[in-house]
Amino acid sequence: MTTMTPGRAARHGVTLAARCLLHLRHSPGQLLDMVVQPMLFLVLFVFLFGGAVATDWRLYLQFVLPGVLVQAVLLATVAAGAMLNADLTTGIFDRFRSLPIARSAPLVGAVLGDSVRYVLTTGVVLAFGVLLGFRVRTSPLAVVAACALVLVAAFAVCWISTLIGVLARTPQRLQMLLALVMFPLTFGSSVYVPTGTLPGWLRVWAELNPVSALADAVRALLLGGPAAGPALRALVASGLVFAVFAPLTVAAYLRRMRH
Amino acid sequence: MSGLAIEAVGLVKRFGATTALAGLDLSARPGTTLAVLGPNGSGKTTAVRIMSTLLLPDGGTAYIHGHDVRRRAGQVREMISLTGQYASLDPRLTGFENLVLIARLRELSRRTARRRADDLVDRFGLREAAGRLVRTYSGGMRRRLDLAACMLVPPRVLFLDEPTTGLDPRGRIALWELVQELAGDGVTVLLTTQYLEEADRLADEIAILDRGRVVAVGGPDTLKAKIGGRTVRLRLADPAAREAAARIVAAVTGVTPGRDAGQAGLVVPAAAPHVAPELLRRLDEAGIVPSELTVRLPSLEEVFFTLTGDPEGRP
Repeated sequence: MTTMTPGRAARHGVTLAARCLLHLRHSPGQLLDMVVQPMLFLVLFVFLFGGAVATDWRLYLQFVLPGVLVQAVLLATVAAGAMLNADLTTGIFDRFRSLPIARSAPLVGAVLGDSVRYVLTTGVVLAFGVLLGFRVRTSPLAVVAACALVLVAAFAVCWISTLIGVLARTPQRLQMLLALVMFPLTFGSSVYVPTGTLPGWLRVWAELNPVSALADAVRALLLGGPAAGPALRALVASGLVFAVFAPLTVAAYLRRMRH
Repeated sequence: MSGLAIEAVGLVKRFGATTALAGLDLSARPGTTLAVLGPNGSGKTTAVRIMSTLLLPDGGTAYIHGHDVRRRAGQVREMISLTGQYASLDPRLTGFENLVLIARLRELSRRTARRRADDLVDRFGLREAAGRLVRTYSGGMRRRLDLAACMLVPPRVLFLDEPTTGLDPRGRIALWELVQELAGDGVTVLLTTQYLEEADRLADEIAILDRGRVVAVGGPDTLKAKIGGRTVRLRLADPAAREAAARIVAAVTGVTPGRDAGQAGLVVPAAAPHVAPELLRRLDEAGIVPSELTVRLPSLEEVFFTLTGDPEGRP
């Protein structure tokens, strides 16, 4: 009973992940946010700018939906950081620390519980897109591959969010830092427009930005075209982000665990 | 081993330039309640956090039933429960869900977890609130739920860090009754408090903390007797009789009494408790009618100020 085994640690993590789902159930506002925000973005961009960007909003919907999917899921990762930050800045973290549970459990719980959001968001965006008239031009298998790619990227990016969540001392600072990272990352990319249309400096950034590779890959997987190149770049970038930010998060987290 | 439930030996903790604990020693026998009493900044919370494995000491260590909190934190956590100064609960879950969550983390089966949570909801008077989000709870309800959470797996040692801070008098008394009940079950309780009345009411032993050190320790009565003497206070029905009464008091106690705030009263420190009947008899003989005669121990407040010499550090 007193030794910590990987099995016990996993159980503790899953128990805390289930807590995230209870939170969702109790705050319909949060759920609404998750569902409505991507819908709003889609409607806004497609109908407001669609005609200007692509002469016909239907054409722009085809272009932008994969991008909105990428952005919505990447933005959903902020919840993991917010969750961890809320735990760390309230008394409940002391409870976790004084319980005979794996030290990793609150972190694992936040990351694991959040993956449910990514799946949900992916489903909502695709379904709403289809409702507006988006048509997949490839195969069901390619759609699955596109979703998988987005989820892998989200799992990597959520470690940036958790790092900020662990480091931020106040919820206000957390919000600011998350926005500071997430907006250039998702808007400064090929999510809404082809990078060729951007002015020089922004174009350089957008083409370097791995979110562009991810958006291009998802677009190719849903609409056709060469997907392997951008998909590979997106995967490598995800691996790098994970390799850098997961250890940083764990280190910062363990430091806060001790105090 | 010493057979003590809690033993802290020479705990030292510094935060930057400030020394929170300067060699703190504490001990509690199994099944007793120890109150750690001190003003803000005296190191109470730091001490609790070290003893409950939340903080590592810079020097010294603490043992819970013989297990070193530094080296065997895992074992210690199996035996303890803690409620911090801020309720350690998830405000975004219902009270019941909070209890089930913690029970599940303690690896009770789903069914046992729900049953335990159900029992405790009743025992801690939270039946009606159990289905509501903790965010909507009052301070007193949070504290009760926090305590209930501590009892899901009954601990051997229970740490309560200022359990009644911020509660109204009714909530405070309700919580006292709960703590007394838990202590009656044989749990060793260590509670910190700024309220002398609370320590007096709940504790078998009181340790008085000042600037990271224990300045006095003992049972409430021993502590009071050790530091202050008893005081005899006499109030007369007829103020004119004061001079005569003063002579009698001086004769019985051997001390010339002081006047009590211009009233028809006399105050005198008295070493022995048996002066009261003697005084009454002599006053009666002289035909003087006392309207009030009390022999009382000094309050813990007085004890505290005597020890720390810091009336500004008043709770």
